[in-house]
Amino acid sequence: MNRIRAVLEMRACIRGAIRAFFDERGYLEVETPVRISPPALERYIDAEFSGDAWLRTSPEFHMKRLLAEGISRLYQIGPCFRRGERGDFHRTEFTMLEWYRVGADYRELLRETRELLGGVIRAATGSGGFDSAWGRVVVEGEWLEWSVAEVFSRWAGWDPVAEWDEERFERDLLFRVEPRLPRERPCVLIGYPAAAAGLARRSKEDPRLAERWELYLGGIELVNACSELTDVEEQRQRFAEWAEGRRREGRPVYSLDEGYLRALEKGLPACAGAAMGVDRLVMLLCGARTLAEVIPFPAEGEV
Amino acid sequence: MFSFRVGSRFCERALISLDSWGTDIDNTKFELLEKNMPYSASDLRKGLKIEVNGQPYVITEFSFMKPGKGAAIYNCRIKHMVTGETQVKSYRSNDVIDKPELDERKAAFSYAEDDRYIFTDENYEEIAVPSQVLGDKRFFLSDNIECEILLHKGRPIDVTLPVFVVKEIVETEPGARGNTATNVTKPAKIEGGYELQVPLFVSQGDKVKIDTRTGAFVERVLK
Repeated sequence: MNRIRAVLEMRACIRGAIRAFFDERGYLEVETPVRISPPALERYIDAEFSGDAWLRTSPEFHMKRLLAEGISRLYQIGPCFRRGERGDFHRTEFTMLEWYRVGADYRELLRETRELLGGVIRAATGSGGFDSAWGRVVVEGEWLEWSVAEVFSRWAGWDPVAEWDEERFERDLLFRVEPRLPRERPCVLIGYPAAAAGLARRSKEDPRLAERWELYLGGIELVNACSELTDVEEQRQRFAEWAEGRRREGRPVYSLDEGYLRALEKGLPACAGAAMGVDRLVMLLCGARTLAEVIPFPAEGEV
Repeated sequence: MFSFRVGSRFCERALISLDSWGTDIDNTKFELLEKNMPYSASDLRKGLKIEVNGQPYVITEFSFMKPGKGAAIYNCRIKHMVTGETQVKSYRSNDVIDKPELDERKAAFSYAEDDRYIFTDENYEEIAVPSQVLGDKRFFLSDNIECEILLHKGRPIDVTLPVFVVKEIVETEPGARGNTATNVTKPAKIEGGYELQVPLFVSQGDKVKIDTRTGAFVERVLK
């Protein structure tokens, strides 16, 4: 029981530090529906059924609708569900932190993420770093920042920005790039190919790129952030492409989120947002190797 | 709407599409569907038996990987169920994986002939198992011992014996009488020449219980 107590104390401390950080900076903490219809249409994320509705895979669309309503800084910590995601670093149910800010871009959110993690880790460990299961990670100090083109050219021998091959990109990311990222300090991959944008807007300087970055902490993918796509036409086009890809693979094709599209039509102000896996951060700070070690009753959700 | 909670995820998908055609599905049809369906990548897990290039494999290590915003990759170490050869395979979400055509039959051991071991199943049909498939288990057979034979496309690939068998020690160095320690061992042979480690107090002519899964000594059986 002592071990689970220590883990829960660490989790509570992390949540408290996250909330203190955002509250201090004028962010409004919000709660948006967990049981929704339709679920977010994304290329590779499947939603869990909940009766005649679904459980959210992310609070993203609802939070952006609040931005469109005029709330300019908001955050949420809450449960999300993704069908079929089970592994050492994946759970079908997990806790996500998401925050959005009007007027900021992805670079600004990177600066903010540095301050957030610095603050949370100091609150949790009393120092500028922590001991993960894979060794010491120093967070106060230099953060490595590498472009996707750079790491792929170095370790996979090709540039996915110049020529796009989705399957090759994903395999090489998992098997050639991620295993070589240093674990001892935070590492940011930036400059994703526009084809791997998700919901990020394209870069104005280089339309081949999306304004998106991913933070790896202790070698584990922890935060995904981007300057948000606000153009309704481009959004409709991406939804159509994802729906087509899903139909081709026999995945369920969710209907379009009309509420979200209406908000975009009405005008979503330029903004940036980020999402962080809270369980993964707890795992890292507890020196655990799997998410199951930092979740109470880990076997019960995974039926 | 048909229940989404039954069966493998792959079947659910099939059911959803069938359901949307308005087809009426009863449970018998569902079972038929499930039996002949290949696996989808999301069905993969440690211990699952799959077929690769027509050969039966079991998944010995499994990891779920997913790049941010990308498709999941299911990374498996698989072991050939007969030769023990291992390899690493990775599958993407939309891959389909063949389900091996496996059949398990109860059969009793009858006799050995050359390099084959003949079993008789409940319908008095003979099944010949090559000694390579049995490995050391061949030493633990005895007349009419009840086994389970696993067949892949009709070919025997594994035999499960009762967990414990009793065998007589036919050869061992004389032990120290009265020494009841079980942590000090010596080699001993059973009929057929299979050698195992036994405690010092076991002597020639003693009967011992052996675990057929590991081939190890369990205890001496009192006469």
